[in-house]
Amino acid sequence: MADYKGVLICGDVVEGKLAAITGELLGCGRKLADTLGEELSAVLVGSGVKGLAQEAIAQGADKVYVVDDPLLQNYQPDVYVAAVEKAVKQVMPKILLMGQTSVGRDLAPRLAFRLDTVLSMDCVDLDIDPDSKLLLQTRPVYGGNARAIFTTDRMPQMATVRSKAMSALEPDASRQGEVIEVPAEIDESVVRVRFVEKVKEEVAGVKLEDAPVVVSGGRGMGGPEGFQQLEELARLFKGAVGSTRPAVDNGWVPSTTQVGLTGKIVTPDLYIAVALSGSSQHMAGCSGAKTIVAINKDPEANIFREAGFGIVGDWKQALPAFKEKVKELLAG
Amino acid sequence: MDFIVCVKQVPDPEAPPASFKVDPAANKVVPPPGVPPVISTFDEIAVEAALRLKDAHGGKITVLSLGNNLVRDVVKKPLAMGADELVLLEDPAYEDGDSWSTAYALSMAIKKIGAYDIIFCGRQAADWDAGQVGVGIAELLGIPTVTLAKKVETSDGKVRVERVVADGYEVVEIPTPCLITVTNELGEPRYAPLKGIMKAAKIQPTIWKPGDIGVDTAQVGAAGRRAKLVKLFQPVKEGKCEIIEGENVADAAVNLAKRLREAKVI
Repeated sequence: MADYKGVLICGDVVEGKLAAITGELLGCGRKLADTLGEELSAVLVGSGVKGLAQEAIAQGADKVYVVDDPLLQNYQPDVYVAAVEKAVKQVMPKILLMGQTSVGRDLAPRLAFRLDTVLSMDCVDLDIDPDSKLLLQTRPVYGGNARAIFTTDRMPQMATVRSKAMSALEPDASRQGEVIEVPAEIDESVVRVRFVEKVKEEVAGVKLEDAPVVVSGGRGMGGPEGFQQLEELARLFKGAVGSTRPAVDNGWVPSTTQVGLTGKIVTPDLYIAVALSGSSQHMAGCSGAKTIVAINKDPEANIFREAGFGIVGDWKQALPAFKEKVKELLAG
Repeated sequence: MDFIVCVKQVPDPEAPPASFKVDPAANKVVPPPGVPPVISTFDEIAVEAALRLKDAHGGKITVLSLGNNLVRDVVKKPLAMGADELVLLEDPAYEDGDSWSTAYALSMAIKKIGAYDIIFCGRQAADWDAGQVGVGIAELLGIPTVTLAKKVETSDGKVRVERVVADGYEVVEIPTPCLITVTNELGEPRYAPLKGIMKAAKIQPTIWKPGDIGVDTAQVGAAGRRAKLVKLFQPVKEGKCEIIEGENVADAAVNLAKRLREAKVI
């Protein structure tokens, strides 16, 4: 353990920019590093990522390790895991954090097994145990019904962090830090999974994760038609439409709209839950909303235990009237 | 082609949330009384993925499950759906493992099974939601892996996978032998027909103890854990819902909009 020092976060770069989760990892990593009295480092892997190092320093990193190579343009697991493994072995951190993102949730377990350590995925809280100085890793389990706190004495202690669970620091452009280049030295013989193409399915309009208002429909919508009405309501708020797993599994809406444990995590100011029961799996994706409003005809539905305001009734009767009144209020 | 599907018996995740209880002293979930366990949802979808390839190209499906006190009717469901063989790693020593000790035992059992083209796993289990065992098995076996598959097709010895990402999906090709974890976007698992249930009743599972797969009991289950569970608890919900009334539903909806404006929500 003596050889391991500090906190390392693995940044997510999306379309040439540091993703929001990277700032959140730096914010959380800074706190942990300060508690330990040790350094916070970041590793950025990709193509053309060197220019982002200063931004990571402004957001809290003491050192930024850059693995920059044109071959790292797209996420390719075999190559990425080798690149991050190399950086981790150079840094030898006590704690290694990644985002619970499309890349992180695929890369982190590969890396954990390769480093012969263990990992807690989808953590919502991280802290240092005052006695053992080990990382306390809190994550939802049992579909969000319970939470569990784990520790380990295997180094590095690894965790992926749920998006929006941690706060980023206010960027400070005057912060000083060191940028260290790590040559990728990619051995193409490690590539076993061949990337063919990427198909984007993002719906037009406001991104679900960034929308201030999300209007979601569940199994009780009964078909794709009702989602048109949710779309109209969402548009009034300049918001986005979400859905539950049953709505996706029935093929009513694309899977990119799914909110929940296995879908998107959203934290809007207002979450309007229409004809959805509020299963733990679904609530795991939206319980961070400031206000939850429920429209459901079953007064016993779990969603009424989660919502701040609600009406009991059929959405078919409620929605048109609600929409008209909202339109009037927002116009006035 | 030969397939191996890893499945886990879990408390029914569809049981009402109110029936979910934690025993804080034991740091364990108390199974809801009268609700039988099930095969974890994503694992049933993994069985479905294997069955679709078997339907198209033929082959044999071996189902592998690890635990203790496995309910035969539950772990035999994949056989009733159309799988061929069942191997159970069943022993008290396998209980309460973490992702590492579970993946280790499963990978050793897979070595013993021997020939396979594709291993299927669910993306995560409905109890601990750890989401690592599939990838862990692949790493321990040194085979390539693709996660979060929503479609798997094979032709000319190549496997083509559509994997779900945040803004759509990626198409990738992977050589065999390999491991693929599946997600719910693959589609609903099929029902077990009565004929299948009768066929499954006659199939005897193969049971392997730790010694049978060449592992020390100190490396599996609770003894082999690397992640220590400090505390298991239920988050407190203080939320109290204000139900908005009206002469009818439409009227209540109008009142809801007014109330939200009053509360400065909109």
